[in-house]
Amino acid sequence: MIPLSHYLVVSALLFAIGSAGVFLRKNLITILLSVEIMLNAVNLSFVAFGRFNGTVDGQIITFFVMTVAAAEAAVGLALVIALFRGRESLNPDAFTSLKW
Amino acid sequence: MTSLIPLIPLLPFAGFVVNSTMGKRLPKSISGGLASLVMVVSFLISAYLVWQLAQLAPEQRLMTSTLYRWIASGEFTLDVTFLIDPLSAVMLLVITGIGSLIHIYSTAYMHDEIDSEFARYFSYLNLFAAFMLVLVLGSSFPVLFVGWEGVGLCSYLLIGFWFKRKSAADAGKKAFVVNRIGDYAFLLGMFALFAMFGTLEVRGVAAQVAAMPPEAGFGLLSLATLLLFIGATGKSAQIPLYVWLPDAMEGPTPVSALIHAATMVTAGVYMIGRNAVLFSHTPHTLTIVAIIGAATALMAGTIGLVQNDIKRVLAYSTVSQLGLMFLAMGVGAFGAGIFHLYTHAFFKACLFLGSGAVIHALHGEQDIRNMGGLKKYLPVTYWTFVIGSLALAGVPLLAGFFSKDELLFETFAGGHQILWGIGALASLLTAVYMGRLVFLTFHGERRHDAPAAADAHGHGAHDAHGSASAKAAADKHGDHGHGAPHDAPPAMAIALVVLALGSVFAGYIGVPAGLGGHNELGAWLAPSFAAPVEAGAVAEAGAARAEAAAEAAEEHEAGEIALERTLMGVSSAIAVGGLLVAWFIWIQRREIADQMARSFAPIHKLLLNKYYVDELYDATVVTPIQAVSREGLWRGVDIGVIDGAVNGVASIVDAGSMVLRRLQTGSVRAYAGSLFIGVVLMLGYYLWR
Repeated sequence: MIPLSHYLVVSALLFAIGSAGVFLRKNLITILLSVEIMLNAVNLSFVAFGRFNGTVDGQIITFFVMTVAAAEAAVGLALVIALFRGRESLNPDAFTSLKW
Repeated sequence: MTSLIPLIPLLPFAGFVVNSTMGKRLPKSISGGLASLVMVVSFLISAYLVWQLAQLAPEQRLMTSTLYRWIASGEFTLDVTFLIDPLSAVMLLVITGIGSLIHIYSTAYMHDEIDSEFARYFSYLNLFAAFMLVLVLGSSFPVLFVGWEGVGLCSYLLIGFWFKRKSAADAGKKAFVVNRIGDYAFLLGMFALFAMFGTLEVRGVAAQVAAMPPEAGFGLLSLATLLLFIGATGKSAQIPLYVWLPDAMEGPTPVSALIHAATMVTAGVYMIGRNAVLFSHTPHTLTIVAIIGAATALMAGTIGLVQNDIKRVLAYSTVSQLGLMFLAMGVGAFGAGIFHLYTHAFFKACLFLGSGAVIHALHGEQDIRNMGGLKKYLPVTYWTFVIGSLALAGVPLLAGFFSKDELLFETFAGGHQILWGIGALASLLTAVYMGRLVFLTFHGERRHDAPAAADAHGHGAHDAHGSASAKAAADKHGDHGHGAPHDAPPAMAIALVVLALGSVFAGYIGVPAGLGGHNELGAWLAPSFAAPVEAGAVAEAGAARAEAAAEAAEEHEAGEIALERTLMGVSSAIAVGGLLVAWFIWIQRREIADQMARSFAPIHKLLLNKYYVDELYDATVVTPIQAVSREGLWRGVDIGVIDGAVNGVASIVDAGSMVLRRLQTGSVRAYAGSLFIGVVLMLGYYLWR
């Protein structure tokens, strides 16, 4: 049987990749995708813990996360489209008018 | 019976409430009538209570009525208690009696005012009387002080009644501020007494003081009484705080009568009389009181000689007479001082109301150089004014003679010959300036224009305003035209006649032993000036004291009566002589007055300008205070510190925000980055701590 630590390492790697994508990429759609990778990294660790502890809690939470992620993707993409209509750009650095 | 006591001040107060709230909508007959009615009823109640008081044995003449507990703090309690004893009985009758006459007189005098102003005037007048009654009825210092402050407030309101005229508003303010200075000293004196005796009841203090020997040096007790006396100099217009009283002429004339005769200025004399036991234990303070009194009497008398405003002459005469009262208080002749206060109230009210009638008849003219020959136009005013003047001058057998004579006799008999000399000189001056006033106003030719207009201006702003108000009044009286002046209307005439009768007969309750009489008033007042005795010991002590008094009286009688008769002769000669001098100068040889004014020009100018005291105070007190207030308090404290603190806090926040707003970049990734770092730091802290 594969030990828990392997799942967690994979999960940590996925999370690191996701957050690197959020901070480093300059395309809003890529950033959204990176956020999805981070969420799935968390899902993986939940499911692994649940399996390891012999409970279903982790799997239930994962369903919640997937639901929220779906909603978030819908809203996020809608926002991206609206932003693109405004500025003709997907670079997050173009949207800095929300400051003093 | 004692439950009637609170009604005495409450009735005028009710009049004040009605007139001040509904007065605008009431016709003059109702607002003025109500105000006069409450005073008359108050007088009748006072008279009834005093009559009841007289039925009691002399040692037991005391009625109290406790309204409620005002202060209860630990061991200390203070009730609002009204007290009638022989002293407050005299004051009550003077205030309500003469006050009523002044109210009645005012209904005619103020008739040209519009309804709302008329009601406002009477509401103030009633409030004034109410506070004065609280002052004389209060059995403890704080209650007395309530009345004391109240009359100060009302004098401000009434002196500044015509507040649209700047001089009147200024005079009101001056009266208030000068009074406040005295009140402050009074408060300090009160605190000192409380610190020493632990009580603020006048009789409680007196009982404790009576057990102590008189203070030999100038100690704490002397300081306390001196502070109380400074309070009295403010209210009763003595050096150095007398300056407000002559300016109080800016108010309507009946107000001057009320302030000068029945209320306000008598407060200081009354306060010393009320604390007679306390003051007699501080001989040093008494000496100061006597000297200040004599100095004030003389100084005000000399100023009165040369003033040209009819009310101003009377005002300085009041200051001078008050000086004599304080002289009596200072030599320990409390009864004589109160006696003079009582007779003075009659003839000074009579004179002021008479001068009001003259001013009314001449449509606001106040300069005696523009009068003359009014005798035939104003017979009632003339005769009452003459009687008042003779009484004030101290002509034998009129009221002022008995009281002034008693006062000067007590001064001389007390071994104060120099003070007696000053007092006698002040009486001489009184006779001369009152003679001058009567002769210039009523005798000789009718004059219209001041002899030298420039002189009137040099003399100060007040005469200038006098002619301005004269014009205003003349416009109001347009329908009367400039024909013959008309005499006082009935309401004014009644008050004048009653007061003139009082000026003749009021003195007969104090006929001195030297004229075969018995000083009823002195005997009546005596218990008020003695230390309160325990109830059980009353009868015994009374008998013992009466015996002792009788013995003492017999021993001294022969010598004293001779002395009294001599002094009486001297003061009669002074009064008659003074009047004759005035007659000679201002009727027979008018040019003498002008010649004297010319040959003594510097002195004349000094007196005309009232010794430049106002200018002195202006330079030494008013200007520096204004400078400090403007530069230090306004520019320094207000603008610098207070505004500076508020504006400073605002600029600090502003500067801090200028730095912090740099963090608000608007870049989503910067926000996300700081969020991420924050989460990592927090998690790291909990994992590796």
